[in-house]
Amino acid sequence: MNLLNPILILAAAFLVVFGEAAFPLLRHWFGAQVDLLPGLMVYAALNADIVTVSLLAALGGLWFDALSANPLGVSVLPLFAIGFVIHVQRELILRELPFAQFILGAVASALAPVLSVLLLLTGGREPLLGWGSLWQWLVMTAGGAVATPIMFEFFNWCRLSLGYQLRTETSFRLDREIRRGKL
Amino acid sequence: MLKKKHYLALGVVVLAVLLIFSLPQRATSRLKLAVSSIFLPVFGLLNTAQQLPVAAADTVMPRSALLKKVGELENENQQLRIQMMQAAANAQENDQLRVQLGWQRQAPWKLKLAAVVMRDPANWWRTVEIDLGSRDGVRENLPVLTPDGLVGRVLSVGLTRSQVVLLGDPYCRVSALVENPAHDIGVISPGGPLDTSLVALTYLSGNAVLKPGQDVVTSGEGGVYPRGIPIGQVVDSQTVEFGLYTEARVKLSANLGALDQVWVLFP
Repeated sequence: MNLLNPILILAAAFLVVFGEAAFPLLRHWFGAQVDLLPGLMVYAALNADIVTVSLLAALGGLWFDALSANPLGVSVLPLFAIGFVIHVQRELILRELPFAQFILGAVASALAPVLSVLLLLTGGREPLLGWGSLWQWLVMTAGGAVATPIMFEFFNWCRLSLGYQLRTETSFRLDREIRRGKL
Repeated sequence: MLKKKHYLALGVVVLAVLLIFSLPQRATSRLKLAVSSIFLPVFGLLNTAQQLPVAAADTVMPRSALLKKVGELENENQQLRIQMMQAAANAQENDQLRVQLGWQRQAPWKLKLAAVVMRDPANWWRTVEIDLGSRDGVRENLPVLTPDGLVGRVLSVGLTRSQVVLLGDPYCRVSALVENPAHDIGVISPGGPLDTSLVALTYLSGNAVLKPGQDVVTSGEGGVYPRGIPIGQVVDSQTVEFGLYTEARVKLSANLGALDQVWVLFP
């Protein structure tokens, strides 16, 4: 079993959460922090097994909530719901196309915060919401959409650089060589 | 199509989340601190990396510039000492008057400097994490400020780090007093998710007369914040709920968008 892909995905999730907490540059420029976990979940759902998807949802969500004022576990279910649906339908998705990756990234990045806020409101919490939240939601959606194809490219490059190379086989085989006689 | 392992994964994740949700508050806080402590080495690494350019700049700073800086600081120090003597005399006089009137004596503020290590990654909360924790004596609900004004209060405390909820977050409401002739009192509430410099001052009396530029300070009511910490200035005001009460927009004195260091105020 090749563990490189799951390890890379989980390491990326760790760094993504850390980066979102430590570098608030996008928040200064656009008034909202872009969440890259939904885009990462799109990649995992299309290229990894259900165990990796579950691990990414659980660990990514827990890490995000631990650094945030969210109640612990709130981000896990939205991430898992997105990953689960894409993973189940992945045979029908043209995953190699950057446009498909862009659209999936946009949908995932738009859905994840909405589901999280719905869970928070259901739990009786009062998140900071207003008309400005609409702008933040658009920034998160656009940011996630742009980042998703880039993530696909990055992981493909990592897989090619660090993983086993595909063995190219020729159709020539000695035991199947047709020897022609003089006639 | 759904396979057995899909159902299994779905069940395990949902069960795990339900289990976390059903944990008591204390256990959840501990679990949260344990999970967030995984990031401590990375934040330490980032801090070291941020200090490197500063250390490099220090080594190449010319002696004349350093001497000039020392001279400026000495002058400032002397001015502050004179002001402190005056303040001490005022405080002594204040204490004597308080004793004569039978009022409780005011304790001097004790402050501890803390560095802001990270911001909340979620857009719907306004919190930061500082590098002081319970081992430094930090407790929940201690006020946090900068030399410009109030920043917020301590929300939760770990061993080495604490979470500070900033003004403008739904969980940071402060009883505030407008420095106008009527000394109107209201509550600082969230302003909006985008502009971190503006908050709302609500529940002012319906006939309150506010003018732009009037200072807003903590009222001392509620027992969390001492009286007189600057919060900001009134921007504008309007009556709401059919004249039932007045609401004002307040521009915060402290710049919450660029917090590097804050002071934790100990009673």
